[in-house]
Formats: sequence, C-alpha cells, structure tokens
Amino acid sequence: MDRQILTKLNALRRARQAVILVSDLSGGADRLIVEGDPVDGPLADAVAFALRSGKSSAVDIEGQSLFLNVHLPPAQIVVIGAVHISQALAQMAVLAGFDIRIIDPRTAFATPERFDGVDLVADWPVEALKERPLDAYTALVAVTHDPKIDDFAIGEALKAGCFYVGALGSRKTHAGRLERLTREGQTEGDLARIRAPIGLPIGASSPAEIAVAILAEIIGALHGRDILSPKGDKQ
Amino acid sequence: MTNTSESLDPLVIAEEWAAAGRSVALATVIDTWGSAPRPTGSHLVIDGDGNFHGSVSGGCVEGAVITEALDVIESGKARMLDFGVADETAWRVGLSCGGRIRVYVERLI
Repeated sequence: MDRQILTKLNALRRARQAVILVSDLSGGADRLIVEGDPVDGPLADAVAFALRSGKSSAVDIEGQSLFLNVHLPPAQIVVIGAVHISQALAQMAVLAGFDIRIIDPRTAFATPERFDGVDLVADWPVEALKERPLDAYTALVAVTHDPKIDDFAIGEALKAGCFYVGALGSRKTHAGRLERLTREGQTEGDLARIRAPIGLPIGASSPAEIAVAILAEIIGALHGRDILSPKGDKQ
Repeated sequence: MTNTSESLDPLVIAEEWAAAGRSVALATVIDTWGSAPRPTGSHLVIDGDGNFHGSVSGGCVEGAVITEALDVIESGKARMLDFGVADETAWRVGLSCGGRIRVYVERLI
C-alpha cells in the first residue's frame, strides 16, 4: 500500500466519512472510494453492497482480484428531548450498536437520575450542536414537542445530511413545523426527508414500543440510505 | 485526536510508524471460513524489527504472519497466506477454533 493513500484513508476516517480502500491483490495500485463518489462498471455493485452492509470482501472483477475494505463511521443517534421515549431508546440503541446522545435544555427532564450512564447534555441544541456537530452518520430524533427546542436541531440535521431525521407529533403539528422551517429557508426536497409522525407504523403506543418503532426506522434508513448522493456538499 | 480507540487503531499506528521512518508491513484478513476469530478487513501492522500491533486471528497465527511480514519488508513483494486446520501440510500453525483464514501481507511504500 502507498503511504499517501494510507494517510488520506486515515484522514477520511477521522472526518467520519464512509470510505472503501480497494486493494489490487495482484500488486496493482490501490484506490480510495468515498461514499457518494461515482463508480462505473462492474465494480459499482460491489461498492454499493460494501457501503450498505459495511462488510469487507474479496471480489473478482473482470479477471482482477480485488479486496474491498470498507470503513463506515460508527453511526450515532442524537435525541432532542430527555423524555420517557428517550429513556427506552437510550437502552435499545446501545444494544443495537449505536452511540447515543440526548440533548434537552429543560433541567427537570435532563437529570442524571432519569438517564443513568447516558451521554446527556442539559443545554439548548444551538449550544450543544456547536460543540459536536451533526453529520451524515447521525440520526436525529426530535421528541420534545416544543418548536423552540426541536426546530433548530431539525434544521441543522437537514443541513448536515443526517441519514435519518425524525420528529414526533401529529400530522397537524408537523404541518405547522413544515411552515416554520420553510420560512427558515429549508427546501421542499429537504423537508420531505423528515419522518413524521416518527417511527415505523407498527401501532406502537407505550414509550418503549415507540422507541422500538423509531429504532427500527433508523436501522432501515441507515441500510437503505442513498449511497450515491455526494456527501461533501452537506457540511 | 489521541483518544484511546484511535491510538490503538492499526492503520493509525502504521501511519505513525512509517512517518517515523520505520519500515512497515500491513497484514489484512481477506477471507474467513468457518469460525474465524477476527473479521474480514482486520489488520496487523508489523515493523522491520518485528514489533507488531493489531490482530488477524486472536493470537493463533500472528507469529507466522510476523515472520512472513519481515520477508515482505525485505523483498518488497506482497504475499497471500492461508491458515487453517484443514491445510496442515502448508502451515505448521493453525487455527485452534477450526476455521480458515486468508491473510494478505504487503509492504507500505
């Protein structure tokens, strides 16, 4: 492997970009493919599979023996709202292999007692997200019901190209939200990415059931995301 | 940038060692069959003095990989290694867990 390629690969991984190192096992030059890069020909399917599944594998393409080593950033969930649903979601997300962070400026909700061992930030999203911004490998879950808290985070998630943006609320509440975000300058295309009402329609009613519906929807969004959309323009 | 998980990352170590002027080989798990302890894509990084970091097998075949890596550093020619209990004639070391793995060893240039 070429040292320059290794340096570039490590820089991309540090920047939480999904990247595949394609090694030519017959001794040819290596190549880096970043998620969103256009890939033509028979390699395209193998690259798509690697990016969706996160699985590295050796493939033979047109007589060339290649190894595709895929590096996906660890997916994380950022929850706006230290509510009952978030308590259940925090535990389930960890079981499913996600990092989770909960943000809520309401100190009555965001208490260590209610969220033992959870990464909890008792501050406004505008402050908390300045410190650690959202990115393409983040799912944003907005569940406070309060536009003053949710709206900013939803707008940031759309700008950052989060692979999942979900918001709690009835269709009527959501219509109001879309109006406000349109006034903030969000495009129709971006707004269509918001999953609302949040979660898969499985008839969930208890907080834990709603957490299951949300987590399942996040997993579906992660593996079904558009791997061809350029990620570089969503910063 | 010096959190624990990154400082233990073989690819980061490989970059650091190379930057420090050490000769470096990188071993990568290319294929696994049966019960293999480390998944495809796992890395072991080795320097010209036999120092190593990372893992391709959970310890079963690292010794043999390091020996081969020193040759690869010397010759500059990459090698493909096969390890498995089914293939006793080719390799003296094997995987006690009963699986088979293919490991690619290359020099960092």
